[in-house]
Amino acid sequence: MITLTHYLVASALLFAIGLVGILTRRNVLMILLSIELIFNAANLAFVAYARAWGDVGGQVVVFFIITVAAAEVTVGLAIAVLLSRQLKTLNADEISLLKW
Amino acid sequence: MVATLLAPRPLPLAPLVSWTILLAPLGAALLIQVVGIHRRRLSATLAIGALLTSFVCTGWVFLQALHNPAVLPFELSISWISLPGLTVPFGILMDRLSLLMTLVVTGVGSAIFIYSIGYMADDHAYSRFFGVLSLFAFSMLTIVLSNNWIELFIGWELVGCCSYLLIGHWYARPSAAEAGKKAFLVNRVADFGFFIGILALWAISSPLASERTFHFQALQERLPGLAHQGLIPLAMLPLIGLLLFCGPLGKSAQFPLHVWLPDAMEGPTPVSALIHAATMVAAGVYLLCRAFWLFEHLPSVMTTIMWVGASTAFLSACLAFVENDLKRILAYSTLSQLGYMVMALGLGGPVAGMYHLTTHAFFKALLFLAAGSVIHGTHEQDIWKLGGLLRPMPWTSGAFLIGGLALCGFPGLSGFFSKDEILVLAHERNLALYWLGTLTAGMTAFYIARAWFVAFTGKARGHPHESPPVMIGPLVLLAALSIVGGYLGIPRFLGEHGGAFHWAVAGMSLAVVAAGLVLAWLIYGKQAISAQQLVHALALPYSFLQRRYYIDEIYAWYVAVIQQKLIAGLCAWVERHVIIGLAVNGTARLTQDMGRLIRLCQTGRIQTYALAFLIGIVWLLSIPIRH
Amino acid sequence: MSEAVFFYLFTTVMVLAALSVVLNRQPIYSVLSLLLAMFCLAALFVMLGAYFVAALQILLYAGAVLVLFLFVIMLLNLEPEALSRMRLFTLRTAGTLSALVFFLALSKILRSAGQPSTFPNPSPSSGTVESVGRLLFSTYLVPFELTSFLILAAIIGAVTLAKQHPHE
Repeated sequence: MITLTHYLVASALLFAIGLVGILTRRNVLMILLSIELIFNAANLAFVAYARAWGDVGGQVVVFFIITVAAAEVTVGLAIAVLLSRQLKTLNADEISLLKW
Repeated sequence: MVATLLAPRPLPLAPLVSWTILLAPLGAALLIQVVGIHRRRLSATLAIGALLTSFVCTGWVFLQALHNPAVLPFELSISWISLPGLTVPFGILMDRLSLLMTLVVTGVGSAIFIYSIGYMADDHAYSRFFGVLSLFAFSMLTIVLSNNWIELFIGWELVGCCSYLLIGHWYARPSAAEAGKKAFLVNRVADFGFFIGILALWAISSPLASERTFHFQALQERLPGLAHQGLIPLAMLPLIGLLLFCGPLGKSAQFPLHVWLPDAMEGPTPVSALIHAATMVAAGVYLLCRAFWLFEHLPSVMTTIMWVGASTAFLSACLAFVENDLKRILAYSTLSQLGYMVMALGLGGPVAGMYHLTTHAFFKALLFLAAGSVIHGTHEQDIWKLGGLLRPMPWTSGAFLIGGLALCGFPGLSGFFSKDEILVLAHERNLALYWLGTLTAGMTAFYIARAWFVAFTGKARGHPHESPPVMIGPLVLLAALSIVGGYLGIPRFLGEHGGAFHWAVAGMSLAVVAAGLVLAWLIYGKQAISAQQLVHALALPYSFLQRRYYIDEIYAWYVAVIQQKLIAGLCAWVERHVIIGLAVNGTARLTQDMGRLIRLCQTGRIQTYALAFLIGIVWLLSIPIRH
Repeated sequence: MSEAVFFYLFTTVMVLAALSVVLNRQPIYSVLSLLLAMFCLAALFVMLGAYFVAALQILLYAGAVLVLFLFVIMLLNLEPEALSRMRLFTLRTAGTLSALVFFLALSKILRSAGQPSTFPNPSPSSGTVESVGRLLFSTYLVPFELTSFLILAAIIGAVTLAKQHPHE
């Protein structure tokens, strides 16, 4: 019997994998991709709860999240393009303009 | 304005007249600064008019007091500073002591002010001179008339300030500027102790903090009772007495703080006459009289005062022997006479001290003004470059002669009576001081006769001319006062009916004075004894005196080595290494190092931040789980 | 029973694809793995009765977002990451450990949070375009309109940022 908990654990797994990506990858684009994973972990949790409570509101929130993710990716990728153009690198370690 | 009148039968108009006496010179000083600074005639008129107004008012009070002794003393007081635990009045205490002193200040002052019209006629800073002179008159009257210690101290500092300004009147001359600075600094040293003494006196004036007072009469009435009840630490009283004596020590230029007075002769001669002979330097003696009720119960302090006075009298007379500057001879003479007065106080004779103060004010002002007249006529003040002044300057010479004779105590002149009072007192109380005083009297006669014979008799040099009448007038007036000063009954006015005339003492001092005069005549008048050979024979003491006991050198050494090198060096070391090095730079370095340490957290790698962020979130999330 | 089979199938593929996203050194493979993960997720959405959202997921993510990623990666001509072994090891360990801790904490919290006792089968009408659309244009109307502002801002931002300035 598949319960809500199954879905939630799947969501948490997805989230943790996304975190690993954020924390271990150097490339700005990879970090952005990992953020997408985390967004989708949240989406999964929302949809699972929507079914559990019988409330379509959870799915509406997912709609909003996807919109926000799209906006975030647009700006993030624009920044990535700019970075590679200005600094000739996409390595997060080498981008330290704000460091002392 | 709260006016309290202590007199049993108050004098009508007393408040108005008294405040006029005090404030007229201040008004003149302010007006001169505001409107008169570029108007010579107006400023002189204002200054002299104001002081004469004060003099007339004082004279009126004096006549009233003679007519009806019950009007004195009276006191006027307004509450000036009133805080919880601290009340300072500002007022006028008019008793016989302050009345006499006020008469001297305004009377002699008026004469000298008028004299200044002539003496300063060519000065470019004429108005400034009269402005500061008026301010000085006000300050001096504040000292004399004040009814509490704080007011007196304010006046005390103001006269010091005026003295500084007037010594440095010709500030473009480096020596004058230096002399003003020296006078000011030496007086600061003394006034520091003086002010601590005043505060200490205030502190013991009552066991209750709210009832402490600076008021003369309240202190005088209260302290004996408190001492009797054992509410005052008795061991402190002599210390307070000594601290208070620091004031006169500086202002009246007693040894070893006398060094500023000879240098103060850099100022214009009227200033030397008024401030550094007749009035301001006498303020110390006046103060001792004012607080005599305190000093007379402190035998150890009295002994100190007595010996300081006597040694000043003797040592300065010695210095006058070898001095060649006419004004500086008079300055040492002033020191010596002030020593007499202080000695009289120390011997327990305030009346004798005040008596001598008064007559000294007359004849020393006279001597200075005569010297000023000589300088005015010849532009020379080295006695060896002067000579033969009798014929071209008869009035001046006559005035100097009268002043000199009064100074050395020629029978019948004022100095004779007042100096005799002191010697009689010394004869009664302390024979050693008596002999020292008598010896000093002989030396006084010698050095003033030396100045007379060298500067006024003999061959004429240059083309001296007599001074204008505006300068001769005050000379005549002061000469008259120097002659009759002994017959005015000053001791009786001050409340002492005087013992019988002491023939032995008078005879002894006459003999010594005569010896001094004759010796001076033999050496400098008749030139029977060669002064050159005398100097050769006494080379060692002569050079010792010429260097003024090396006291200036000692002070210079103290300032240069102890103060500037040792103490200042220590302070600089503390400043550099402790304050700047440790406190200021240390704090900065600590901050910097902390910053450097904390800066390590800013790696510039975004993942590190994300990790820290994550750890924080995990920690936050763990809170609801743990509970 | 078939639900469990499908759940484990899709979840396993999704997690593996997600791991591939994170661990792959070639960005282009990562993007393609993410595409796979998205499809699996959409399948899970369908199982949860969220048909409209599943469609959106595929259209938006696969159709728009990931294509954008691909474009950028090809545009920038990325090379595989090069890192020293030591640093790679430290970071991977630290990142994985903290992610693990986070996963444990998260699952514990999710389980301890208030949960409905039942997990009913989805009603056929719950995830349709109509039901979601009704809710979106009634209760969530204001957030929906605000979203348009967000997207507008993102467009302007992206254009401004990525525009080639003539003097550079």
